[in-house]
Amino acid sequence: MAQDLVNTLADLKEQEAIKIAKDRLSAGEDPFKIMEDARKGMEIVGKRFSDSEYFIPDLVYSGEILKAVTELVKPKLTKAAESKKLGKIVFGTVAGDIHDIGKDIVVFMLDVNGFEVHDLGVDVPAQKFVDKIKETGAPIVGLSGFLALAFDSMKETVEAIKAAGLRDKVKVMIGGGQMSDEIKNYTGADAYGKDAMAGVTLAKKWIGAS
Amino acid sequence: MEKQWEDMSSDEKQEALFAKWMSPEGVEFKSPEAKRLYKERATRIKDALQLKKKPDRVPVFLIPSFAPAFYSGLTPREVMYDYEKANQAWKKFYLEIEPDAHFGCVAPGPGRFFDILDYKLYKWPGHGVPNNTTYQCIEGEYMMADEYDALIQDPTHFFNTVYLPRIFGALEPFKQLPNLTTYAEMYGTGITFFPYGLPDVQAAFKALLEAGSEALKWMGYFGAFMKEMPELGFPAGQVGYTKAPFDILADTLRGTKGIMMDMYRQPDKLIEAMDAMLPFWTQKGVIEAKMGGCPIIFIPLHKGADGFMSDEQYKKFYWPYLKKIIQGMVDEGVFPFIWAEGGYNSRLEVIRDLPKGKTAWLFDIVDIDKAKKALDGIACVAGTMPTDLLAVGTTQKAIDHTKRCIDVAGKGGGYIMSNGAFFDEVKWDNLKAMVETVKKYGVYK
Repeated sequence: MAQDLVNTLADLKEQEAIKIAKDRLSAGEDPFKIMEDARKGMEIVGKRFSDSEYFIPDLVYSGEILKAVTELVKPKLTKAAESKKLGKIVFGTVAGDIHDIGKDIVVFMLDVNGFEVHDLGVDVPAQKFVDKIKETGAPIVGLSGFLALAFDSMKETVEAIKAAGLRDKVKVMIGGGQMSDEIKNYTGADAYGKDAMAGVTLAKKWIGAS
Repeated sequence: MEKQWEDMSSDEKQEALFAKWMSPEGVEFKSPEAKRLYKERATRIKDALQLKKKPDRVPVFLIPSFAPAFYSGLTPREVMYDYEKANQAWKKFYLEIEPDAHFGCVAPGPGRFFDILDYKLYKWPGHGVPNNTTYQCIEGEYMMADEYDALIQDPTHFFNTVYLPRIFGALEPFKQLPNLTTYAEMYGTGITFFPYGLPDVQAAFKALLEAGSEALKWMGYFGAFMKEMPELGFPAGQVGYTKAPFDILADTLRGTKGIMMDMYRQPDKLIEAMDAMLPFWTQKGVIEAKMGGCPIIFIPLHKGADGFMSDEQYKKFYWPYLKKIIQGMVDEGVFPFIWAEGGYNSRLEVIRDLPKGKTAWLFDIVDIDKAKKALDGIACVAGTMPTDLLAVGTTQKAIDHTKRCIDVAGKGGGYIMSNGAFFDEVKWDNLKAMVETVKKYGVYK
């Protein structure tokens, strides 16, 4: 039964996954275990995405299935049972750019991979990143952008982090639309991730979890 | 006597449209030099597109978003609202950098039109995003998951009474409009037509009339530009656009997330809806080509890019319907210029399944060796100067990239050097170096 939820979620069988979660809940099982299985299923989804077996629609769909399972289970979860987070990340789409699809997918994958993500949304001014880094002490910052204008916004954000004296305390990753290693160098970021799982891999590497 | 349009083969139709474009009606060239340049450029482009003949050199296109505004020191806001300024900026951009074609001054659009109708689908400079920024689409579900049947049964009524009222705040009352396909005779007339008397519906129509006047005013400037550029020696690189059926639904109706759910939850409805869109969007391309006196019609591609779906999904949802649109237009003499925005490495084998010498593919991010190999003898290849290189690269890097594209994709003809993505502010030296390099290095011996 436990294996069933892991695999049905990994295989993107929406109805079956939800049914299994419901059945296990009504059988009185520990909701934490159910969430743990869902997380394992998502791990497989992430792996399949990295292996180019799954693509963006599969990630997004898995997210919908996970959301449905979480909504069933969450009310029964006690706070204490929530899993320990790997580390904190401040994330956002940079100033002037309102695109959120790519950002949302990366934030989602970081979240299911155990990170505590502080998502600042879109069109985020440099100062807001700085304030959030100070407030959370997050060692990782993710800058997302779809448009070419984001090149400069990212550069300004990295500079603002530097001016605040935080540059050596954080690692900065960039990604989205027209980003590349060329742009990474231009902005002064530490790395460019070409997709959501590349972002997860970077984050894990940076906190020494991989 | 000249052959009538309906009696022509698709090849004859294409040649007839190219002939119109080569000798544009009502165009009075400003100088003999402009006339010579126009012929040279148009011939060069036609040869590269059709794959029948090696051109004299590789043609070079610049297809900008708001770049000409920045080039003239104007903000996108200014050119969206001051149509004369837009015309001057676009003209300056093409005259000074001198690529082989112009691409209209469409991007700036009539700013006031969007104000009047309270456009909800985008944020634009000075309206949700800063003045010096491009317009940006607001992702959302502007058609709900349970509205497929309504769209499929009557696309026009759905657009008029569901989609438009959602994307234009001022047209919200249009959701009360009757379906006039059910009006046939005297009996019941008042019951059909009374919604046109409702005060809010009348206010919506007044807004639409005012917006229409603004669009007409803009068209005056736009039309003048489309006439003047050929007179100065620059043929139009395209005169209209259509979309892949999947993108029609994915971009602005169901939204990215919505369409991805539909691929799993209601794939049959999605396919039916794409079939319903086909005749409208095929015809749009054909009409615009005939109206513009040029066979080249753009098809910007979005959600079939690398990573956006699997091969299997691409073959099931994306390619068959894009191919139908391409074929439908080719049958009517149109030359589809397909712009694959984003990565397209994983689709190169699939897109080979096309009539030979009838399409061009502009790539944004692609392995140029593989692209040329895949499409050699099948389609003209275009691209692939990346935005990052134009915006932050060194000029030498831009030159090197241009040379490499010419070496690989230019081999034997069938290649147009171009930017890969719609671009705004870049390093002008890089842009100029790209064009100059093509002119020197891209000559066929």
